[in-house]
Amino acid sequence: MDIAQELLNGSRLALSRAITAIENEYDEATDIMRKLYPHTGNAFVLGITGPPGAGKSTLTDRLATAYRKMGKTVGIIAVDPTSPFSGGAILGDRIRMNDLTLDEGVFIRSMGTRGSLGGLSQKTADAVKAMDAFGKDIIFVETVGVGQSEVDIVKAADTTMVVLIPGMGDDIQAIKAGILEIGDVFAINKADHDGADKLNIELNMMLDLDGNMNDWRPPIQQVVASQSKGIDELIAKIEEHYAHIKENGQLTIRRTERTRNEILDILHGSIGGYITKKIVATGKLDEYVQQIKEHEADPYSIVSGIIKDMLK
Amino acid sequence: MEKRIRVLVAKPGLDGHDRGAKVVARALRDAGFEVIYTGLRQTPEQIAEAALQEDVNVVAMSILSGAHPHLFPKIVKLVREKGLTDALIIGGGVIPEGDIPALKEAGVAGVFTPGTPTGDIIKFIKENVK
Repeated sequence: MDIAQELLNGSRLALSRAITAIENEYDEATDIMRKLYPHTGNAFVLGITGPPGAGKSTLTDRLATAYRKMGKTVGIIAVDPTSPFSGGAILGDRIRMNDLTLDEGVFIRSMGTRGSLGGLSQKTADAVKAMDAFGKDIIFVETVGVGQSEVDIVKAADTTMVVLIPGMGDDIQAIKAGILEIGDVFAINKADHDGADKLNIELNMMLDLDGNMNDWRPPIQQVVASQSKGIDELIAKIEEHYAHIKENGQLTIRRTERTRNEILDILHGSIGGYITKKIVATGKLDEYVQQIKEHEADPYSIVSGIIKDMLK
Repeated sequence: MEKRIRVLVAKPGLDGHDRGAKVVARALRDAGFEVIYTGLRQTPEQIAEAALQEDVNVVAMSILSGAHPHLFPKIVKLVREKGLTDALIIGGGVIPEGDIPALKEAGVAGVFTPGTPTGDIIKFIKENVK
């Protein structure tokens, strides 16, 4: 089947297959993306990140439900870590979203990080584009906020929400985690637990110290996702941020920057992939390894040699 | 290319016993599969739709309530109707020997009863997945 065309015609199976092609780096993925690209750029992309157990999936479920009530269609990409040992993964975010499964206006896809070197953010971004081209109004990208690759994923979002919970340690943890810099909106989930107000104060103090804030101070909203408390207020803040960046031109700047990075990422990926394939095909890789092992060469000279050969 | 076998571990029916499903999910993860677990008490419609959205290669159903003669064939039918014609569909749980031929007839490729080593399930998936 022509996956791209079927997807544009509204086939959910085609959307699902397109994401598989992207994830598995099938050859047809490039062609699919090429056809879908002109139909992208219409969706609002909301990144959701935070520590494990913060309630990101439950909150995503509640936000998606609320957006559905507003008549918007929703796409959800839930990223969970792949085991670095077995390469396998348990993707369990759907457990919190079962009520959305049979809503035809919602499409949920779980992705494992698969340990690809930086390639994950590109794949996630492409999956977002597939959902965008499919016609979703709002796309949630949910990921555990630890580590560079997750931060990269979140960079693909128009608005980024950081979810925190009380009792995760003192304010130094918040600085260390580095997540303060990426949050456009903060949600304090499980706000019925002790320490929510304290966390609120600490977060505010941290934001007071941030000199880079131009004309947007990230708002903080306390919520209890499991009881659907504070959801409407949170949505108001998310929408406020989106309206703000649309108005002051930040959205255009963010998307332009993203396009720039995208070209470079695809370029790196293609060149790297091409050269790697060639080297592996010549069978010289083991030879190089042996040379380094025998102290006859070093990896830097070998790589510059390879590049010199390629550019001939 | 980074193809991974994706498995939906599903608990249809009303029993709340998911220890087996979790043991299997964990074993499949350790075998390098991507396991999507959707939790307890899923309707056949929910399972088929999740299988579609996740584009899984395998649907593994677990049931301990005795409703398998009704639910397993229904899920097979719905998954096929969604267009997942190649997906391998297997089931497990407390299933009397006598029920197995009918389940296989209905399209459940493999049926695994209590005591099955997880290695057997992994082997079966690897040999039969498309």
